[in-house]
Amino acid sequence: MDYRLSLIFTLPEIILSVSGMILLLLAAWGGVKSARLISILAVAALFGSSAYALEFLTNPSFEFGGDAFYGLYRMDGFGSFSKLLIYFAAIVSLIIAPRFFKDNGTYRPEYPVLILFATVGMGMMVSAVDMLTLYIGLELNSLSAYVLASIIRNDVRSSEAGLKYFVLGSLASGMLLFGISLVYGFAGSTSFSVIADTLTGDLSTGPLIGVVLVLAGLAFKISAVPFHMWTPDVYEGAPTPVTAFFASAPKVAAIALTVRVIIDAFGGQTSTWQQIIVFVALASIVLGAVAAIGQQNIKRLLAYSSINNVGFLLIGLAAGTAQGISAMLFYLIIYVAMTLGSFICVMEMRDAEGKPLESLSSLAGLSQTRPGLAAAFAVFMFSLAGIPPLFGFWGKFLVFDAAVAAGMLPLAVIGIAASVIGAFYYIKVVKIIYFDDPAGQIAKTGHKTENGLIGLMALAVSPLGYLTIPLLAPVTATAAQALF
Amino acid sequence: MNQLDFPILSLMLGLPMLAAIICLFLGAHAARLLALATTLALFALGIVLWANYDIGGPQWQYVERVELFGNFAWALGIDGISMMLIMLTVFLMPICIGASWESIKERVGEYMAAFLFMEVLMIGVFAAQDIFLFYILFEAGLIPMYLIIGIWGGANRIYASYKFFLYTLLGSVVMLIAMLWMVQDAGTSDIPTLLNYDFAPEAQTWLWLAFFASFAVKMPMWPVHTWLPDAHVQAPTAGSVILAGVLLKMGGYGFLRFSLPMFPEASEQFIWLVFALSMVAVVYTSLVALVQQDMKKLIAYSSVAHMAIVTLGLFAFNRQGIEGAIIVMLSHGLVSGALFLCVGVIYDRLHTREIDRYGGLSINMPKYALLFMLFTMASIGLPGTSGFVGEFLSLVGLYKVNSWVTLVATTGIILGAGYMLYLYRRVAFGELVHDDVKAMPDLSAREMALLAPIAAAVMWMGVYPESFMAPIRGDVGTLVARIDRAAPEGDAHLKMGQATAAPKGHEAEAGHGESH
Repeated sequence: MDYRLSLIFTLPEIILSVSGMILLLLAAWGGVKSARLISILAVAALFGSSAYALEFLTNPSFEFGGDAFYGLYRMDGFGSFSKLLIYFAAIVSLIIAPRFFKDNGTYRPEYPVLILFATVGMGMMVSAVDMLTLYIGLELNSLSAYVLASIIRNDVRSSEAGLKYFVLGSLASGMLLFGISLVYGFAGSTSFSVIADTLTGDLSTGPLIGVVLVLAGLAFKISAVPFHMWTPDVYEGAPTPVTAFFASAPKVAAIALTVRVIIDAFGGQTSTWQQIIVFVALASIVLGAVAAIGQQNIKRLLAYSSINNVGFLLIGLAAGTAQGISAMLFYLIIYVAMTLGSFICVMEMRDAEGKPLESLSSLAGLSQTRPGLAAAFAVFMFSLAGIPPLFGFWGKFLVFDAAVAAGMLPLAVIGIAASVIGAFYYIKVVKIIYFDDPAGQIAKTGHKTENGLIGLMALAVSPLGYLTIPLLAPVTATAAQALF
Repeated sequence: MNQLDFPILSLMLGLPMLAAIICLFLGAHAARLLALATTLALFALGIVLWANYDIGGPQWQYVERVELFGNFAWALGIDGISMMLIMLTVFLMPICIGASWESIKERVGEYMAAFLFMEVLMIGVFAAQDIFLFYILFEAGLIPMYLIIGIWGGANRIYASYKFFLYTLLGSVVMLIAMLWMVQDAGTSDIPTLLNYDFAPEAQTWLWLAFFASFAVKMPMWPVHTWLPDAHVQAPTAGSVILAGVLLKMGGYGFLRFSLPMFPEASEQFIWLVFALSMVAVVYTSLVALVQQDMKKLIAYSSVAHMAIVTLGLFAFNRQGIEGAIIVMLSHGLVSGALFLCVGVIYDRLHTREIDRYGGLSINMPKYALLFMLFTMASIGLPGTSGFVGEFLSLVGLYKVNSWVTLVATTGIILGAGYMLYLYRRVAFGELVHDDVKAMPDLSAREMALLAPIAAAVMWMGVYPESFMAPIRGDVGTLVARIDRAAPEGDAHLKMGQATAAPKGHEAEAGHGESH
């Protein structure tokens, strides 16, 4: 074992964890005043890690990836690609946070530090090729996330969100751990490749339950139906920048992790997991669409929207092919842009005193008071609904293409027909923004950073996004190929 | 590259797109002027397109292809059929802008932007040579139309806009799955190549149904037409014009471009379905139109009936039927657009579309009554107007396939005369009883300028249809040759016992005509 290589391969995580610990000390000595500085340093650290992840992804000498620390961790295109997306989402979550927290009390230096630790955990998750690395990464991310959800200590909803997330998250971790132990018991190893080699043919009940429990635990983390119930509550209660973070980075990490577990560890058991994924995908699409219709709170609505989108993403996984995984990765890029964009729009919903508004009715007639924000909101909504020519369509296009190529026509037809149900509530938001009489609650803010980010994300999901296809398609294809 | 040595089709898409974006930032009057200038410029470009179109030349002209998007290409090109539909679009658009000149007072910049964006998408749909590009542009039309109905529509606009959006979306999504399957099967998304690719007959069945779901809703065919009356009634006048004039033609264009040539066997297999639905539509929607109290609703139902003639003509599988159907599409685009404008003219004065509130308009609005009569007659299909040419040809074509269906379809024409003349009588003739109606001024110069060009085009198409038939003749010939292998045998031939003469081409048809 070459420790030098292992250390190089894990550099993105090392940079983040070392800077996380240093910044923690800085926060302890510097106090609240240092929050801004620590944010900037955290962003710098994330950029540093991104540089290494990009290098691993693009430099041909790393093309075949490599194992680190005796097969516990793997550096490959798939992991590096996911990490880039995660770091991007984390950076955006850091940039948008200070103003929001300042307006709601104090911006505490723990926020950037926790984001960094969560990001380390996510980096571990997407690079894990061993059940134990997986679990440690997942828990590092989750524990940071629990605290992040309740970071506004004097807000009841925030504390409630954190507690709910913690209790349900622990349950899911328990299930996952139980599943891992069963799989370990029958396979004799926690390494994905050994599990794949050992669990062949028809599974007996023991390992079967293990696989199902592992999938259940992972389904919780990606908030797929039927393990989605925490999502609306947590998304609603958590401070909006934290919600934006939850809906983007950990989602990418958990989905990438699920993909790796399924393809690497249970790749030989297609018939076992495929029916589960198909069910979970369709259930998520339908429930995410139907349950969102009655929502009056925009954050809850976006929570259901994310459940709905996870369903579409899983269609790519259900196909089980390199094309499907590459489609998912492309979808994830678009999803991150759409989600971050919509949540920053939500952050911009403030009344004249700067109090955040979250009800759908407060959006009424926004197009007449703030045409720019309204247009961006409409772009995100139509894009989330997958209506061409917006770029959100392309993600759905790719996953359905993969499903059709894999011969899963019924899944594709049902999935796409159910997307029409989802379109209903997205166009309802557009209706409130454009057709209704102005409620006049939302004041102009003139936040340059936020508006700039909204504009950037809106541009990315606008039809101009199609021009990025020739650039991004080969990257996602390479990343997906790393698993096969 | 093409006969003009510059990408004229891309220009026709780029120009309104740019203007749409600029319109968003302009004041009301500037936006109106820019929109009018842009649409007129596009009309001029359309004339250039037509003037340089090489009749009898290659099937696809003005071809452009840039591999811009990886999985699919920015591929544009037109044949005669697409060109005529593009002409229809660019001809109607300045009129739409003119029709909104005074009636739209709020959010003018956004309104004009929505219309210009709509124009991009309509031209794009007819010019797209890549199946995915077609789908994207076809579906994208939902967004501006949803906004046009929802923001500038009538009292019940929210319901109408939802219904329009969800109905058409549900119709189209399954088509996407069919397209994905086709492209994987054929290995290309290039429409001209797909047009000559033979899909397995059993696959064709499902593909045809998937496409049918989309085009039948768009067309619209009975019983999925119910979104249309709502959308028409609630949309602003120009929205109705564009909806009836061009958007409905996308359904017919879809049948022409995809369903028939790509799945000839399945088209023949489902001919009964198309005929049955169209027969019901012709008779039922005509009867419904007879009892309408709302002028726009009446015209909307008449559109459904006319579109049923189009589907009947298309699925006749012969030259007369298909050429006739295309002419009906063009004619209906002009005539129904003009009729909606006529409704708009009096709606702007009295703010009601209720037929009983009018009456005797020929006394105080003679110019209006004259033009309205012309369009009424064209809608009925009076010889000398565009309506006659198309309906006559479609029915001739249809008669060769099934005389009973033709009988029912002809009944629809008679009913059409019934409801249109009834409408005209109630609006234009009789006594001037209402004081407010008495006070209505005749057409203004602006309104004249909107209606007169359409009237001229309607007469031109009626008197000298050759101008419009010449560009499409070759392409219809290609299409007929392509679907000939699946063409149904006409019922009239069966009784003749002419086993030796296969009913193909003009010779056989001529012989058939004489023996009657």
